[in-house]
Amino acid sequence: MSRQSFSALSLILRSLSRHSSWQKQWRKAEPKAEYDAIIVGGGGHGLGAAYYLAKEHGMTNIAVLEKGWIGGGNTGRNTTIIRSNYLFNESAALYDHSVKLWEGLSQALNYNVMFSPRGVMMLAHTVHDIQVFKRHVHANRCNGVDNEWLEPQQAKEFCPPLNIENNIRYPVLGAALQRRGGTARHDAVAWGYARAADAVGVDIIENCEVIGIRRGTNGAVEALETTRGIIRSRKVGVSAAGHTSVVMRMAGVHVPLESYPLQALVSEPVKPIFPCVVMSNTIHAYISQSDKGELVIGAGTDAYTSYTQRGALHINTHTLDAICELFPNFRRLRMMRNWGGIVDVTPDRSPIIAKTEVPGLYVNCGWGTGGFKATPGSAHVFAWTIARDEPHPINAPFTIERFRDGFLIDEAAAAAVAH
Amino acid sequence: MLIIDCPYCGKRPEIEFSYGGQAHLARPQQPAQLDDQAWAEFLYMRTNIKGVYAERWRHARGCGRFFNALRDTTTDHFLAFYKTGEPRPTLPAQHERTT
Amino acid sequence: MNAPIDGLRTPSGGLVDRTRRISFSFDGRSYEGIEGDTLASALLANGVHLTGRSFKYHRPRGILAAGSEEPNALVTVSRDAARVTPNLRATQVELYAGLIAESQNRWPSLERDFGRINDLLSAFFPAGFYYKTFMWPRKAWKALYEPVIRRAAGLGRAPTHADPDRYAQRYAHCDVLVVGAGPAGIAAALTAAASGARVMLCDETAQFGGSLLADGGALIDGLAAQAWVRQAIESLQSNRRVTLLKRTTAFGYFPHNFVGLNERLNDHCEKPPQHQPRERLWQVRAKQVVLATGAIERPLVFPGNDRPGILLAGAAQTYLNRYGVRVGTRAVIVTSGDDAYQTALDLKAAGIVVAAVADLRPEAIGALPEAVRQAGIEVLPASTVLGTEGDLRVKAITLGRVEAGSIQPGQRFECDVVLMSGGFTPSVHLFSQSRGKLQWSDALKAFVPAVSAEQERSAGACRGVYDLGDVLADGAAAGTAAGEPAATGAAQRRFSVSAPKRGSESYLGVLPQATSPSGDKSFVDWQHDVTTRDLALATREGFQSIEHVKRYTTMGMATDQGKTSNLNAMAIVAKSLAVAIPQVGLTTFRMPYTPVTFGSMAGTSRGDLFDPVRTTPTHAWAQARGAVFENVALWKRARYFPRGNEDMHAAVARECRAVRNACGIFDASTLGKIEVVGPDAAEFMNRLYVNNWANLGVGRSRYGILLREDGFIYDDGVVARTAADRFHVTTTTGGAPRVLGLMEDYRQTEWPDLKVWLTSTTEQWAVIAVQGPNARLVLESMVEGIDISAAAWPHMSVARGKICGVPMLLFRVSFTGELGFEINVPSDYGQSVWEAVFAAGRQHGITEYGTETMHVLRAEKGYIIIGQDTDGTVTPDDAGLTWAIGKNKTDFVGKRSLDRASMKAADRKQLVGLRAKQPGVVLEEGAQVAEKPGQQPPMILIGHVTSSYASSVLGHSIALGLVAGGRARIGQTLYVPMPNGDLEVEVTSPVFYDPTGARING
Repeated sequence: MSRQSFSALSLILRSLSRHSSWQKQWRKAEPKAEYDAIIVGGGGHGLGAAYYLAKEHGMTNIAVLEKGWIGGGNTGRNTTIIRSNYLFNESAALYDHSVKLWEGLSQALNYNVMFSPRGVMMLAHTVHDIQVFKRHVHANRCNGVDNEWLEPQQAKEFCPPLNIENNIRYPVLGAALQRRGGTARHDAVAWGYARAADAVGVDIIENCEVIGIRRGTNGAVEALETTRGIIRSRKVGVSAAGHTSVVMRMAGVHVPLESYPLQALVSEPVKPIFPCVVMSNTIHAYISQSDKGELVIGAGTDAYTSYTQRGALHINTHTLDAICELFPNFRRLRMMRNWGGIVDVTPDRSPIIAKTEVPGLYVNCGWGTGGFKATPGSAHVFAWTIARDEPHPINAPFTIERFRDGFLIDEAAAAAVAH
Repeated sequence: MLIIDCPYCGKRPEIEFSYGGQAHLARPQQPAQLDDQAWAEFLYMRTNIKGVYAERWRHARGCGRFFNALRDTTTDHFLAFYKTGEPRPTLPAQHERTT
Repeated sequence: MNAPIDGLRTPSGGLVDRTRRISFSFDGRSYEGIEGDTLASALLANGVHLTGRSFKYHRPRGILAAGSEEPNALVTVSRDAARVTPNLRATQVELYAGLIAESQNRWPSLERDFGRINDLLSAFFPAGFYYKTFMWPRKAWKALYEPVIRRAAGLGRAPTHADPDRYAQRYAHCDVLVVGAGPAGIAAALTAAASGARVMLCDETAQFGGSLLADGGALIDGLAAQAWVRQAIESLQSNRRVTLLKRTTAFGYFPHNFVGLNERLNDHCEKPPQHQPRERLWQVRAKQVVLATGAIERPLVFPGNDRPGILLAGAAQTYLNRYGVRVGTRAVIVTSGDDAYQTALDLKAAGIVVAAVADLRPEAIGALPEAVRQAGIEVLPASTVLGTEGDLRVKAITLGRVEAGSIQPGQRFECDVVLMSGGFTPSVHLFSQSRGKLQWSDALKAFVPAVSAEQERSAGACRGVYDLGDVLADGAAAGTAAGEPAATGAAQRRFSVSAPKRGSESYLGVLPQATSPSGDKSFVDWQHDVTTRDLALATREGFQSIEHVKRYTTMGMATDQGKTSNLNAMAIVAKSLAVAIPQVGLTTFRMPYTPVTFGSMAGTSRGDLFDPVRTTPTHAWAQARGAVFENVALWKRARYFPRGNEDMHAAVARECRAVRNACGIFDASTLGKIEVVGPDAAEFMNRLYVNNWANLGVGRSRYGILLREDGFIYDDGVVARTAADRFHVTTTTGGAPRVLGLMEDYRQTEWPDLKVWLTSTTEQWAVIAVQGPNARLVLESMVEGIDISAAAWPHMSVARGKICGVPMLLFRVSFTGELGFEINVPSDYGQSVWEAVFAAGRQHGITEYGTETMHVLRAEKGYIIIGQDTDGTVTPDDAGLTWAIGKNKTDFVGKRSLDRASMKAADRKQLVGLRAKQPGVVLEEGAQVAEKPGQQPPMILIGHVTSSYASSVLGHSIALGLVAGGRARIGQTLYVPMPNGDLEVEVTSPVFYDPTGARING
């Protein structure tokens, strides 16, 4: 199962045979009767967890089950923002663990995930925003996470299209900038993990939907019922994003989640005009420019729970209201494509990466609107949790029980910041 | 933008309403009698049904009243609207699919 | 070989006005077109096919289509420096005098584009090449590779000036919305209107008629097609229940029959009328929708199928019959069906040499092929295409013959245009957006609508009905059914049609090739340069779901969103995987159908219309006094009132001293106010707030705290009992709506048995705070009906009275720590009462102050601001407010949560005062607090500064903070780590000023 290396040289050599000798990036595996561990959900988090289980924990008899095509959920639908300037120590540790992995991910996977630390700038529009962002800046600095305060003129220097005039309803009063933040190519994350996991023996099984979870007399997980038959495993990690509630219910486990539509859109591609990522929680929009040239734009969730993977027009127009206020030069640009995902939201807007009351069943969920940025870090500590049946110190606070005990990690309440 | 049929005002566009989450969750009569787990269930646990969901809406920019609705969360089509306090209506069998 | 340029315009015919000549420029060169032209038709009339360069390989590209599906001819159109619009399809740009268009994505010029080197090096740039390389050295991606890739990518340039144009929005309701005004749509609108329904009919183009506008010979009800269209549209126009919208694209289909339309009002005007918005977004709620969105001609996939001069046969027919433009002088037509034979006849009649019709079918039989042969045009059945020649324009095509499964070399034809027709793909975009279910039709080789999800019908070509007579009947039936959904068996309108029977033969996938294909690429997605080889590579590498193929190759992800490419790509992938096409899956159709301008989506939501602006009754007064305002929720609040050259600090210091030493006046009208009334009002308040309300006497007020059920502070405010059954509840400025929402939730859904009613009175009351040792002196002569002496009216008293003859609710409350009153008068009297108080206060040193001074004064007293000193994770005990909780209450909202172990942990963060050891240092709000000095990151932190100010009254800075176990640390020295080192602070009580409360009770 030797993997072909990806490099400029291999690309040139294989061009001689018209690229006819490239292998499948991952095998089309048939499900085996039994695995040592199964990950449910072939997004970046699930594929990454399988990769780290094999790579770092020596478990090679592993499968990832994906009901559709890998990377087809929120991994392939998000606006690819990566940052770690979270307020609480627990969050900053988790997201910064992730950013550090992002920084070397292309090389680790031998797959260019195009991590581009272009800087993420979060705009303040009110005195309250300033207080909140400065609190972040100070907390992050003391935690070793880069985040700096910019006055409006500095913000404009960093992002020239930004309107810092007083001619808008909520003028820009400053910004918090994380220079190490940025974007990555979302699909490549799924494919890169899939290829790397495949190379260390992981079976990636697409078009395989889990329809039941079998538990033994002791209550522990025994097997999964799937659309491709029954597959036995004593360790099951669920990483199913918006469908987590549905899967966990099969094991009788209730997780405090609600699934909401989250929309995003892109403009037609234009030549480079936007050098960074800009987020504004107060007026609800965020924006960056993809390598292809599209402006990638997103906002908050729709109002009601839904599994339709689409949202309402008025959410969209409101997002573009904000974009046109902040970037009046972009008013003549055009929306090329809009789409929706299903985001699973916890009561404190922080994720759950934990064991469950069912032995052998683990869950990684509740990422809300911010899961992409955490992909490598989350996958890494989830793999640890599954392999050792105990959490990594970084994800130890992110339990289900915190909701019972009141130890919330409430970034949203604390900061009023979308993340 | 959904059309929501307020039992008091009739059909109005979604922007007149605020969403109220899962319906038929009664606040415990004596919270002090509940253990932490039971209280957390009330506080945080929602069925998050993929299928027909009984949910609350408030006609916040209209009559101000709360009411309940049955909506298929896989299509966003409403199947019933009813007043707070009324029991959940029974639907024809083909709609009672939930996962 | 080329005929004189002038010769490309036919002498007559079409829907253009040859008497009105229009000059325009393209890439700096002047051309002439005529009224009714699009930029594409005008360029073609001038012999210009080369209009763009492809995205990746920078191959020269010409106009492929005649409508919104155009992938190649993308241009930037500029009116002036600010009105620059990139990426417009030349086929949709209507010509006006002086139009300036430029090609994109080329350097230095369209003819000589340096980027063409990519095409020569394309062997190294297969699909997804960027995933396989550019990884070393690690930093080089951002520093080197990515900037190069970015510069190469992108199409046009974004405008560099703010767009000065206006955009409008409208909501509309109708009985029947008909999308598309081709034959099916017009027929549907006619019958729906005849039923009496309110009908809206929209079409994305400038003229109604759709395919009929390009139809040379059809007769409908005895009229030539174009005349029939005119008559039908006139009849619809005369019906005032019908709204006709041209240049209006239905771009999105949302749940509950909500459809987004975008109308382009003046991009086609030489001088756009000043009064008119550029575009208008319509949001239409339709009882019934008829989709008559037509079909898009399918290109053929063969080597070198992308040269300028190779276009869709139907497009050539449109350019000829609608615009009077011959797309060339010598054509070869490659087709899979009969339709293109009509094009051959039309072209020949217009004087174009048709060198051959190459038919992909084994045999070319039937009336149309026969007519073509009769016309002396060579017909070559069982054909395929082996290659084409030409750089900036096609100059020859080499055909092949398919014989018994093998490919024989065929003839080479010189030509200046190649017209291709692979049949039609129904435009199911909107149907699919509505979540209708599609079904694969083997006969049509296309997906067609099967099951509707909304109150919707598809009619005509968009559901695979192509013959004109059938299309009209289908449209009429859909219109009748939509107009009278209740009626059954209504008589169907028939149209008598005389037109050649149109077939539905279509072709999918790659044309047959010899085993060793020629070197040239066969394009599937023109704009994104996706070739058959890219698709093969994708499937070889395991990208086998159509969504994976799309994402890996970027097929269908260009600005045309795959309108001409998706089905061919699916067929090619299906073939290489040896599965049926439906098994490959279908990429999801997403809005918008074609791109929609951001400005149109935003509409008038700009500046002050972005969000409502709420102002207080004294806003104008404050403005006149030079106040600096801040946004707080939707409100504009006066932050400070600078005098002369004062900055904020100087102004605030002066205002603070005035309040502490004499008297200040402050507009507190933005506080939320809720009237809680009814026999059970006290019980309701008891269940909701932490406080005990049963023992609050009438005429007294109390500081109230409201929690969420999770135990954290949600809101606070002074609550007055104005009668046994009546509470006047104040909330924070930003919290008013959510507090009322929460109250209503409990009232209506948890405790419907309580007899209590809630009314928001925020905007009914103006609130004028008069604070300071002289406050009573100012008011005692003004207040009528209340004895406000210290003895008679202690702190927290409330009473009704009058001031300036105006009814008043007067509070003796203080958010400053001074003797204070809050005058509540009906809002309309707010400014005059304010002015009267201000005038009366002059002799007592009254000074207006703003929110910043209010913040300093309250912080000196240790009063919290919700959202600043609390953050949604703070309990009453954390904030030092346990005293406010009703002692013997068994329940209130949030109480149970406070009993959890975590809420009683000793290391919870508690509100304390923080006093910098250096009195001149004002700590930064948000700065962190540490127990140990000299730490390096990651540090152990125990809290943060929530509020911090210079106190001119105290002569040193003050701060409030949340610190772990803070109350037990009073007296300790802690450290605030700043970039330049630690600042020493002493933990103190949060009350810095008048801790005994002597002044407030004075």
